[in-house]
Amino acid sequence: MADSSVTHGHSAHGEDQNLWDGAKEPMKASYGKLMMWYFLVSDAFTFAGFLIAYGALRFSSPTWPEPDFVFASFPFVKAHWPLVFVTFMTFVLIFSSVTMVRAVQEGHRENRRGVVFWMFLTILGGATFLGSQAYEWTTLIKYENVSLERNPFGRYMADGELVDATGKPVMENGAPVTVKKDDSYLLHGHEHDGKIELEKKYIKYTSGNYAGQVHEVGQGPKAFGALFFFITGFHGFHVFSGVLFLTIIMINAMSGLYVSRKNGYEMVEKIGLYWHFVDLVWVFVFLVFYLL
Amino acid sequence: MAEHQTYEEQKQLVFYGLKLLAVITIVEVAFALFAKGHISPDITFGKDGGFGQALYMLAMVGASAYKAYFIVFYFMHMAHEVRGLMLSVLLPTTLLIWAIIAFFQEGGSWGSRREQIKEKNLEVVQPAPKPQGYYILPGTLKG
Repeated sequence: MADSSVTHGHSAHGEDQNLWDGAKEPMKASYGKLMMWYFLVSDAFTFAGFLIAYGALRFSSPTWPEPDFVFASFPFVKAHWPLVFVTFMTFVLIFSSVTMVRAVQEGHRENRRGVVFWMFLTILGGATFLGSQAYEWTTLIKYENVSLERNPFGRYMADGELVDATGKPVMENGAPVTVKKDDSYLLHGHEHDGKIELEKKYIKYTSGNYAGQVHEVGQGPKAFGALFFFITGFHGFHVFSGVLFLTIIMINAMSGLYVSRKNGYEMVEKIGLYWHFVDLVWVFVFLVFYLL
Repeated sequence: MAEHQTYEEQKQLVFYGLKLLAVITIVEVAFALFAKGHISPDITFGKDGGFGQALYMLAMVGASAYKAYFIVFYFMHMAHEVRGLMLSVLLPTTLLIWAIIAFFQEGGSWGSRREQIKEKNLEVVQPAPKPQGYYILPGTLKG
């Protein structure tokens, strides 16, 4: 019974008889490329989950640190240059995406030297991005004392003037220091007995629900640090794995492994899909952490 | 890969993509600095809440979505894949629209009730009476 039906299937669909041997690619994409696409779908959902959690926590907080105040440092320059360094990082990723496309194109032409050259530039871009991220993290952790549960960056909730612990106004150039609602502040920290202590600042509100009262200027929303390090860290880990796999595949390409496969350097195309995805995620990380 | 594209056309697409992504990114950053008062201190509609900030955020999300579309369709060649592959990748992501609506609503509601939540946490209620006797599992051998 089973035998006859199999025979019947073969004779009725002669041209399809190799279907079950993997001869015909579903959706005209190879198994590897298809699985890379679906892995990226699942990865997109993971990142989307993190970014949506960021949005929900941000909406739940009365204030949120202002990105152009937080991300304003630049290597070797003592200046307040809002968003300049992170724009540089974005350009590094864009360039490495472009060199990746070139590597894939050279692969289709079976041009080994071209593949290796453009992949090498892509790896260089990825490594530069990782280095830049290391600088950014170092600045935040070491000099600005942000950690998973500490966030010295905040914004004033209402207008007021700064006072000292006894309630006397803080003077600067002979005039009391006034601050406006939504102005940003950073509580500087110093190490004391191996622990970081943030400076104490007090504000006497002149508007809002607490007008006339003196309050301590507290930390900003604490979820900020955890979300920043977790999400950019997860993205950075993707970049790191990408650099690792790009290196392996570049070495394979150099060795001539893919020449013998005669499939247009499909492995380069697959790592290319992954690498573009990493750039794609950065578009959204850049959007929510630095632009909004 | 698209067979109908020549090598020269492919190379052109790459440089077009580079220019496009670079220009959008520069415009985004310049607009962010402008809207947040870094170019003229009086213009701060990008950070002081309300309608101006909503428009600012919408513009930023739109520009980023266009960058994402370009990367997926041209750098990742989705434009040249068959329709079934495209739909099987893109359709599931529409589920995220609901996730965004639901979780942002949740976060917003939490944010607007912070005072109430604080009060509720401090509220003193009369403690429940101590159970009489003993029991092994809650709700089974009570009393």
